[in-house]
Amino acid sequence: MYELNITRPETLADAVEALGHDEAMALGGGQTLIPTLKQRLANPETLVSLTGIAELSGISRDGDMLIIGGTTTHAEVASGATDYPALAALAGGIGDPAVRNRGTIGGSLANDDPAACYPAAVLASGATIVTNTREIAADDFFEGMFTTALHDGEIITAVRFPIPQKANYQKFDQPASRFALVGVFVAQTADGVRVAVTGASEEGVFRWTDAEAALSADFSPTAVDGLNVSADNLIGDLHGTPEYRAHLVKVMTKRAVAASG
Amino acid sequence: MPADGGIGASTKRREDVRFLTGLGNYTDDINIHNQAYVHFLRSDVAHGKLNRVDTRAAEKMPGVIRIFTSKDFEGVGGIPCGWQVTDRFGEPMQEPKHPVLAEGFVRHVGDPIAAVVAETLEQARDAAEAIEMDISELPAVIDMAAALEDGAPKVHEELSSNLCYDWGFVEENSAAVADAIANAAHVTTLELRNQRLVANPMEARVAIGDYNRATDEHTLYTTSQNPHVIRLLMGAFVLGIPEHKLHVISPDVGGGFGTKIFHYAEEAFCTFAAKAVNRPVKWAATRSEAFMSDGQGRDHVTKIELALDKDGHFLALRTDTLANMGAYLSTFAPSVPTWLHGTLMAGNYKTPLIYVNVKAVFTNTVPVDAYRGAGRPEASFQLERVIDKAARELGMDPIELRRKNFITEFPYETPVAVAYDTGDYNATMDKLIEMADFDGFEARREASAKKGKLRGLGVNCYIEACGIAPSNLVGQLGARAGLYESATVRVNATGSITVMTGSHSHGQGHETAFPQVIASMIGIDADQVDIVHGDTAKTPMGMGTYGSRSIAVGGSAMVRAAEKVISKAKKIAAHLMEASEGDIELKDGQFTVAGTDKSVAWGDVTLAAYVPHNYPLEDLEPGLEETAFYDPANFTYPSGAYACEVEVDPDTGKVEICSFHAADDFGNIINPMIVDGQVHGGIGQGIGQALLENCVYDSDGQLLSASFMDYAMPRADDLPFYDVDHSCQTPCTHNPLGVKGCGEAGAIGSPPAVVNAVVDALQRAGHDITHIDMPLSPARVWSAMQG
Repeated sequence: MYELNITRPETLADAVEALGHDEAMALGGGQTLIPTLKQRLANPETLVSLTGIAELSGISRDGDMLIIGGTTTHAEVASGATDYPALAALAGGIGDPAVRNRGTIGGSLANDDPAACYPAAVLASGATIVTNTREIAADDFFEGMFTTALHDGEIITAVRFPIPQKANYQKFDQPASRFALVGVFVAQTADGVRVAVTGASEEGVFRWTDAEAALSADFSPTAVDGLNVSADNLIGDLHGTPEYRAHLVKVMTKRAVAASG
Repeated sequence: MPADGGIGASTKRREDVRFLTGLGNYTDDINIHNQAYVHFLRSDVAHGKLNRVDTRAAEKMPGVIRIFTSKDFEGVGGIPCGWQVTDRFGEPMQEPKHPVLAEGFVRHVGDPIAAVVAETLEQARDAAEAIEMDISELPAVIDMAAALEDGAPKVHEELSSNLCYDWGFVEENSAAVADAIANAAHVTTLELRNQRLVANPMEARVAIGDYNRATDEHTLYTTSQNPHVIRLLMGAFVLGIPEHKLHVISPDVGGGFGTKIFHYAEEAFCTFAAKAVNRPVKWAATRSEAFMSDGQGRDHVTKIELALDKDGHFLALRTDTLANMGAYLSTFAPSVPTWLHGTLMAGNYKTPLIYVNVKAVFTNTVPVDAYRGAGRPEASFQLERVIDKAARELGMDPIELRRKNFITEFPYETPVAVAYDTGDYNATMDKLIEMADFDGFEARREASAKKGKLRGLGVNCYIEACGIAPSNLVGQLGARAGLYESATVRVNATGSITVMTGSHSHGQGHETAFPQVIASMIGIDADQVDIVHGDTAKTPMGMGTYGSRSIAVGGSAMVRAAEKVISKAKKIAAHLMEASEGDIELKDGQFTVAGTDKSVAWGDVTLAAYVPHNYPLEDLEPGLEETAFYDPANFTYPSGAYACEVEVDPDTGKVEICSFHAADDFGNIINPMIVDGQVHGGIGQGIGQALLENCVYDSDGQLLSASFMDYAMPRADDLPFYDVDHSCQTPCTHNPLGVKGCGEAGAIGSPPAVVNAVVDALQRAGHDITHIDMPLSPARVWSAMQG
């Protein structure tokens, strides 16, 4: 790790101010950033830790919405998002207990790892990302691998999830990292079905719109039998070819539909 | 029932108390006043010409004490290889120099180019980034077959090719084997890869050099399985330090698995630099460094042919193997694909004719050397896979085919130069069948099918050669070291005992098991006995721990030393009781005179040895301390039969291990619980190889599996509850304890069981699949199922 300063503001305003300086970086749970710093792959002058800001943490209910503060840990979502069981189950399946006790929803979304779990939930739920300056619809937030609509210095303060009628997340583990080799989140709402896929694409999380149409017409596993996912632009690596990932998207979608409660 | 703490008792491991409560003393726990820190600048290309390494700017960086390059090592030896293989034409292997720091060329990603010694680790890293380098990248040689092609780029310019050796064994059998294969009723052929693995002990390597100007003594603290071997190799061949001025200490070591046998450049560097900068110098590998600098394992590509008669009797076996050496010859690398592999190709079977060809190949990859099993897993895997394939081709039951060919009479001289002293392969197979409920398999298969899963059953046998030695034999085979073991049994005045052993415990439980032997021999409590190991200044010259040799060789040395102690103690007891030495018996810590009620306690005799007031000083020296060196007459030959049941998810290709049964014959057993643990760990690593682990380089020599994000280590939930049994015991005939060793068995016996089970599951489901290369990852299994 290069030498750096760390500041731990207690208010959002102080954090925004601190992040306004050059070479400052926001630190959530640090589950990606700290290893990156240790390998000297990043060299910020100042880390602005967000986890001391009380107003950014916690889970609340607002009508049909479940609102999760940006620094809420995966473990807190796993145990506290009881109104949205599929989301709680997803959070409970991220990493291991140490990761879940440190990692935050805001950090995961801002990092936008192409194999992270949360982006699938956010995109399939049609959630809204709330920042210190604006609200961003999930469909506008994810812009590709490790790329989001966030501006420099912008902080995710909360994520607003509409609670679907039925939902489920199925993750097929990459054997080494246990990130998603392919993860599929299916959510059924009054407006139809949304299907979001993580782990599979070179372009990050995406919606499988063919499946959404089929499942909106018939919410059953067999509804996607006739569909196929193109392997174009899917990830090929040590752990699976694009064709294998394309196949898994369909398998995981069917399993998610079958398991939707 | 064995006495508590004696031979045969499942005594809890005393060392675990300190390991589990954070009181262990690992090398990285050692910090010496005024120590400096080393950071190695390592190559990020697999092959390149070092045109220029300019350290001038870096030397001015804050905290820098000194920066070393190969120029500082002129006149210093290379890292030596400890085994010379002679090829099938009678010529010695090609043996390139392995410099401490890269000289002129870099030959694998991770090859150290320069070393920065600084006040802090971060300052050393900062300075390393300021070193200016000019490297002309050269074509990397990664694939072994391509490396052997005419005109292939050479890993070492000065060698004639990338071929280290072309070894034939037994060369005289070659024509007869070819004849038998040409004329056999049936020949089963299989091509397979035993993939490269990274050992990944929990504790990464650490080295600390220290130099005392007052005494001219060098001390190296290092994470080694064999500190005396490091002292010998580094002192004599690299740095030219006589042994009485070189002290090597391996304190608690957090797992070795073979990769901490070898002498590494970092050890030589820290020892050298400590004198050069007159400061203690510490290096601790990061996990990333471990991936690119620890000796790696396996990496064989093999074609195996098994010739059978129409009734399924094995007639001949031939193998052609390419074995990867990596960029340099690690300490024991040449021996692994040859003498630790070819000699095991008979397995448990009376195949009359065997020919093994191995071509060892240099590539621009991290050096490959012994990893748990070392050559024997590669042998077992080929053999047990080809037998399984043959059984399917012949429509025979795989167990019956094995039984038909089992060696049943001992001692047995194999056609590959080893003589098995004892074994009973039908007994372990019978035990396995009893344990694994094969009769219930069909019902279990149907239950799996109802869940949409494909169930399969795999069975295999294994044999291994442990307790590596005898020295005169291994010397003829090219070993540049002896392979005896040593022990000093020091009896203290009040009767407690300290045993200094040349074996080294890095997880094996010696501190518990070795005292059990002494306790049984003398009849005192095991807690009266302590084991000292891992320090060249404290223990007699010993060869360390690898090849499942500790109890068989080190334990035997300890028994021999204890026998000498008991013999002398009986003389003292005879004097004290005014009896004839021949009438003295020792039992339960009491010396008695046969046929009388006279007795004297162990502690009274030991006290007399050190307070010799009433003592036969004219006949006997005072004191009670004896040393023995034990050089075994033969290897030991543990064997066993393993069974694995799996479920394959046909939608994803994911394999789940449902059960794993192991029936082993380790001869006599000192501590059954420790043996259970050793087998559990071995099977865990074997399942890791079968399903998960894979060290992969791309065609440029970049390591793709360079961290735990891509190198899949087995986790608890990847593994089943094991059912292990070692009640079949045919004691070794040539060591005093009748023990065979158990450390590697699980890793040797389990990969073929898993792969046989997956192939069985897929074949039962109608897939025409005869083999899938390890690891049987979901993607590979699914891909195989697509045809």
